[in-house]
Amino acid sequence: MSAKIKKYAGERIKTEDLRKGRVPVERWKPKIRYAWSTGTAMSRFLKELKNGRIIARKCHKCGRIVVPPRMYCELCFRPTDEWVYVKDTGIINTYSISYLAADATRLKKPILVAVIELDGASKGIGIFHHLGEVEKEDVEFGMKVKAVWKPPEERTGAITDIRYFKPAEV
Amino acid sequence: MFAKKRVAVVGAGLTLFRRNLKQTGRELAYEATRMALDSAGLTVKDIDCVTLGTAPDAFDGIHMKGENLLDGAGAWRKPYSRVFVGGGTGVFTANSGWWHVASGLFDTCLVVAEEKMSSCFPHPQYAFTTIFDPIMSRPLGMNLVWIFAIEMHRYMHVHGIKKEQIALVSVKNKGNAMDHPCAQLPAKITVEDVLNSEVMVWPVQRLDISPTSDGAAALVLASEDVAKKVTDDPVWIDGVGWCIDSTYWTNRDLYFPKYVECAARMAYKMAGIKNPPKEIDVAEPYDPFDYKELHHMEGLLLCKKGEAPKLTEEGVTQRDGDLPINPSGGLLGVGNPIAAAGLMKVCEIFWQLRGEAGKRQVPNDPRTGVAQAWGDLMQYGSVIVMRS
Repeated sequence: MSAKIKKYAGERIKTEDLRKGRVPVERWKPKIRYAWSTGTAMSRFLKELKNGRIIARKCHKCGRIVVPPRMYCELCFRPTDEWVYVKDTGIINTYSISYLAADATRLKKPILVAVIELDGASKGIGIFHHLGEVEKEDVEFGMKVKAVWKPPEERTGAITDIRYFKPAEV
Repeated sequence: MFAKKRVAVVGAGLTLFRRNLKQTGRELAYEATRMALDSAGLTVKDIDCVTLGTAPDAFDGIHMKGENLLDGAGAWRKPYSRVFVGGGTGVFTANSGWWHVASGLFDTCLVVAEEKMSSCFPHPQYAFTTIFDPIMSRPLGMNLVWIFAIEMHRYMHVHGIKKEQIALVSVKNKGNAMDHPCAQLPAKITVEDVLNSEVMVWPVQRLDISPTSDGAAALVLASEDVAKKVTDDPVWIDGVGWCIDSTYWTNRDLYFPKYVECAARMAYKMAGIKNPPKEIDVAEPYDPFDYKELHHMEGLLLCKKGEAPKLTEEGVTQRDGDLPINPSGGLLGVGNPIAAAGLMKVCEIFWQLRGEAGKRQVPNDPRTGVAQAWGDLMQYGSVIVMRS
């Protein structure tokens, strides 16, 4: 703000007054739904998750093996060349301990989430997932982890077919 | 030469930033625009075109926000467009205003940024869910703070940075905001206050994070010939840059914002800046979280990788330090109405370089300033270099 200005625009109201309609208010609640086609690469990826496997794509030009798989390499900007299975084990690249749900409500028991670099994929190629069967104090950078899968009959072909990653036996 | 015409900022406007303002987005846009025009001594008739920035539509549930806001942005029957690059929008809107004038197509341009986050319930944070990939991310119940905490943690791990060092940024910025009349969260706090505040997503605690806000900001840009007619005190836009990294954010090392470096190099090259820490007198890097100020100082090449916490500890980044960082109070102190917050930073550099920043004025007559914003899935950087 410029020191030449002495009057400032905007009038504060309380969020609670807005929520409770104590100020003039107009409301709307969307009733809208979406169904996304999962596309060429991700349809195969999800089908493989249902089988308990993680599949990647390899680009023969740059040599990268990438997850999530894509039919084109965004670096070389050409088609990727082959499907490659990667392992369901990996290491924790980074993580956080969340007391905040998606809608910003508070959680008593924290959710542990991490970027996991998968064994068999190129260095630095990770996926995002939850951690389980581990206390927050025991999680470490570089920790070796392994996927815990839902039983086959419960799998739906979704990223949640992996329940979480847990510390791997060393 | 990069431009057909040199471009100046000749006026700036800003509303209060608050968690919840009575005014509609359009009314806020009007107030900021009106102030920018008045400070430039111009009327809307003098304006050739308008560029507007505002962030995800999901916040206020109005899907054509550009159209919704145009009347308040002074765009009636003018060449007008909305730009949107997530959190990077505020600075990028100024960049887009620059090319409208630098191209020679227009002599004057209004740059307007607005955000109204308070209309969304249960919490505007929930609207961010809609930015995530529907296949890989949303089924896992994503939250934006989760992934920023993940980035912060990686940054801390790679360089061995302590929470105490990062907390100093929040202390400084909220303190700086005490001198900003529009600030939402000015406060005198200590490192202990930050470390004792509620853990939201470790390592992010409540006082590490900026608030959600309503607010608007605006600039008037003019070509050199027009600028010299309307003011004795133009502030030149000498460099602009922007860059985006891959949306596959789990395939990148989050410890360093390479895309900010690319955007900064583009802007510095245009401005002829070879040694950023020596040549830049004041900077407003994007600070929605305290660690982001440090991360962005490094991306802006204001110091070496991992060195920003040390400079902060040494007081270099204080308003009276060798390299004042976020003298406005930043998003942590002034507030974070996303697009408006980014443009607020450009406004601050304008006022600093004009010597109009009052109690917030950095000493020694700053001549060169830089503002930067950051957005999308930790992947977008926008940078502007200004000179008086």
